[in-house]
Amino acid sequence: MDGETPGLFTAVVAVARRDLLLAWKRPGDVLNPLFFFAMVATLFPLAVGPSNEQLEFSGPGVLWAAALLAMLLSLNSLFVSDFEDGSLDQMLVSPQPLPALALGKTLAHWMTSGLPLVLVSPVVALTFRMPVAVVGVLMLTLLLGTISLSLLGAIGAALTVGLHRGTALLSLLVLPFAMPVLIFGARTVSLVATGDSVAGGLYFLAAYAVLIVSIAPFATAAALRISNE
Amino acid sequence: MTAQLSGHDLTLFRGERCLFRGVEFALNPGEMLLLEGLNGSGKTSLMRAIAGLLEFETGEIRWHGEPTRVQRQAFHDSLVWMAHRVGFKADLTLTENLDFEAALRPSASADRDEVFRRLGLSRLKRLPLRSLSAGQQRRVALARMLLSAATLWLMDEPVTNLDRDGRRLVAALVQEHLVRGGMCIMAAHQDVQIEATVHRVLLQ
Amino acid sequence: MWNFIHRLASPPHFYRIAPRIVPWLAVPGLLLIGYGCYAGLFVAPPDYQQGDAFRIIYVHVPAAYLSMMTYMIMAVSAAIGLIWRIKLSHAVAAAAAPLGAWFTFLALATGSIWGRPMWGTWWEWGDPRLTSELIMLFVYFGYMALRAAIDDTVKADKASAVLALVGAVNVPIIHYSVYWWTSLHQGETVMKGKMDTDMLVPLLINILGFTLVFGALLLRRVRAEVLFRERRTRWVRDMVLSAAGRGT
Repeated sequence: MDGETPGLFTAVVAVARRDLLLAWKRPGDVLNPLFFFAMVATLFPLAVGPSNEQLEFSGPGVLWAAALLAMLLSLNSLFVSDFEDGSLDQMLVSPQPLPALALGKTLAHWMTSGLPLVLVSPVVALTFRMPVAVVGVLMLTLLLGTISLSLLGAIGAALTVGLHRGTALLSLLVLPFAMPVLIFGARTVSLVATGDSVAGGLYFLAAYAVLIVSIAPFATAAALRISNE
Repeated sequence: MTAQLSGHDLTLFRGERCLFRGVEFALNPGEMLLLEGLNGSGKTSLMRAIAGLLEFETGEIRWHGEPTRVQRQAFHDSLVWMAHRVGFKADLTLTENLDFEAALRPSASADRDEVFRRLGLSRLKRLPLRSLSAGQQRRVALARMLLSAATLWLMDEPVTNLDRDGRRLVAALVQEHLVRGGMCIMAAHQDVQIEATVHRVLLQ
Repeated sequence: MWNFIHRLASPPHFYRIAPRIVPWLAVPGLLLIGYGCYAGLFVAPPDYQQGDAFRIIYVHVPAAYLSMMTYMIMAVSAAIGLIWRIKLSHAVAAAAAPLGAWFTFLALATGSIWGRPMWGTWWEWGDPRLTSELIMLFVYFGYMALRAAIDDTVKADKASAVLALVGAVNVPIIHYSVYWWTSLHQGETVMKGKMDTDMLVPLLINILGFTLVFGALLLRRVRAEVLFRERRTRWVRDMVLSAAGRGT
């Protein structure tokens, strides 16, 4: 045998690079959820009325709910293309550990859905008349929270890939487990307005992300094997 | 003497249907295993199960005498899989696809451009794969085989979408691979003419 | 002992043995519930804060407790089925899910009824119990929906097992997070202080009674599940034919 098996780090980076390259070639896939986020966030003020106090009060919650929905939207296609063109087979048959490859894909997904949300959120937060300090905390909670959402979503996407009407099912599976993220994310941002400490909420989001990152790659890999049978 | 690759008492179910029962085979370097049977007889499923994508109901595959279940990485280090679905990203070019593949499994020390030339892909290097015809995409799959360092080639209907020249090319490549001490398991409709020890498994 | 468990794990044996166990669970269970409810309604003194309204806890607490215990049973048997490939284990997980969902719904309904005199509305987002039970219901729905979406039983078993295990880690966290959230929102509407023995005993009796009845129901459901999964096997065919022959 001529070559050595490429290292784990090389494999994770290669998978992430590949997916980022694919996203680069199809910018719509990245932009659509962002537009969705912006539109959903503006739906609420439109529907509820432009009262300033209401906007400021509901801002964190609405923005967080919109971000969650936008992430769900982007999760649908995480494994579908690989499943259909046979790339998933190739990954399953490679000597690289599947959890590592799943992590690489999830990382790329987060960089093309979670991270853009974090960066775009200040702009949307403006329409809710959010003070700068609050916006900072919002971005921080989104940063930590979207990591968990990407990871959880990957499990759901892996379980539902190839299923008829998998999209709706994906949301149903992921939403209950995303509740803690939504709750802590939105509530922590609200705490800034009342002057309370946000450290607790941020610690929780970080801890939750650490917990999920230790489970999700393995659960995703198991689910991928099962779905691919 | 233990065969390098062997299958023992293999039974496979798909849902409630039993596809085959008690299949046995043994393969050594330089030999080819040909899976025969009608459409739907389970050839693809058997290959997928050998590759580790499906689970056998009973029996096991052994690589160098040890079950593949306990040495998954070593087994997958040594194999490369060519399926009905080509397994490349349509949006990426040939080069980009193969760059990714190089990070998945051990690579042979072959020269990439030489391989492209042999397979008639040189002019197509920079095109996204979706621009290639089905036959050309199948040749890209052959490139994967040639550029990997795998000793075991698993090929499911490799000559689909290939013209006569393509079929001869496949036969030649497999032949060379076997002569170098490699092994091949092939599921094929039409007979692919190989001059080597060929074991056959017929699935009904 | 291992022999017994081993035999129990074999579908035909389970199918025969289960109906013999069911009455030993159902009858005491129903009796306990009967006494527990009677005692809860008439023997336990009224709560100094809530008066008679609190009595719904004699159904609410067992239901809520069982909704979570059923989930754990579901997750554990899914894990056993996944790791040791025991078919019966998967059948238990499949059978337990709807029961768990029903208990969750019962907990929600009774929780809502309990809250009505206190909040004036049928639902209160500020109550941690209701919110976390609602999320639990969605978790059950997700599990059952995933099973339903996959045609192949073996594949459905494995996929839903992965989901159940992910949930097993998350469910405690969901509960914690909801309690944290609502503790910021308003004071907990939980009964504070120690419970009178007269109040506590019927509650414990009911919890035990509900659990026994749950056990009986689960065994019956698993039995039906086993029959369905094994419908093409020889032992089922023999059993049906001999039953037909006997004219039963």
